[in-house]
Amino acid sequence: MFDLTGRTALVTGASGGIGAAIARALHGAGATVGLSGTRVAPLEALAAELGGRAHVLPCNLSDAAAVEALPKQAAEAMGSVDILVNNAGITRDNLFMRMSDDEWQSVLDVNLTSTFRLCRGVLRGMMKARWGRIVNISSVVGATGNPGQGNYAASKAGMVGMSKSLAYEVASRGITVNCVAPGFITTAMTDKLNDEQKGKILTQVPAGRMGEADEIAAAVLYLASAEAGYVTGATLHVNGGMAMI
Amino acid sequence: MSDIADRVKKIVVEHLGVEEDKVTENASFIDDLGADSLDTVELVMAFEEEFGIEIPDDAAETIQTFGDAVSFITKAA
Repeated sequence: MFDLTGRTALVTGASGGIGAAIARALHGAGATVGLSGTRVAPLEALAAELGGRAHVLPCNLSDAAAVEALPKQAAEAMGSVDILVNNAGITRDNLFMRMSDDEWQSVLDVNLTSTFRLCRGVLRGMMKARWGRIVNISSVVGATGNPGQGNYAASKAGMVGMSKSLAYEVASRGITVNCVAPGFITTAMTDKLNDEQKGKILTQVPAGRMGEADEIAAAVLYLASAEAGYVTGATLHVNGGMAMI
Repeated sequence: MSDIADRVKKIVVEHLGVEEDKVTENASFIDDLGADSLDTVELVMAFEEEFGIEIPDDAAETIQTFGDAVSFITKAA
């Protein structure tokens, strides 16, 4: 099951914990992967770990021109982009009353606008191929909200509405567009939380533990597979029961 | 019929799966040939590739019929 042999996948934020796990899972299923991120060293290390079928494609997602260029670079390196995983994301947390325009805009730019631009950039090839998989990594807080994360939650909720709209448009062309919404996952992003914050969060998670990056990657692998061809416009929540929606 | 018109017709016939004789000068892609809005985007993409031209979005919107497409491409190519 879930054989991606011969498929090509572009993964953003592959220098981070979840992105790297997604790249490993898709690569493990046989796909050629394009590893994108801002930090080159972890991308090179991941490519070396994967061995063949891995291309390093550095990109700063706050740079509009670089984002526009990325799908073309990926297609040149891999021959096509059959699967796009928009995983890259940043946080600039602040209380709403203190949030600056810059904190708002930078999070929207990287998390939502770059996702829009990358989706647009890969569509032509997917339309011609009559096959494509787009998986956008949203977040549980896009559905539930979270104090201090007005910008981040807006960007992640925005992804869901955007994905559904695009899913409508391209469903007849064999292209599916879905979201995966992680809950609290062990990554560098959640390592910033102190023990008290983590303890509080865990009281809200029926599973009683943080999730692992591999558990997000498995959801992405499913949605990227041929077997998930009838699943589109969906949001797959992977959150240990934290929000049953 | 010009070479350009033949090539445009071939693309339209293949893409929309319509009979060649339905593709007349004034045939509207959407109203007469059963295209949806996404088909028209794909047709423009196919024209761009076939003729090696760029068709900007505002120009693409004016291409409603087979005749529109042929005359635009004749000027641009």
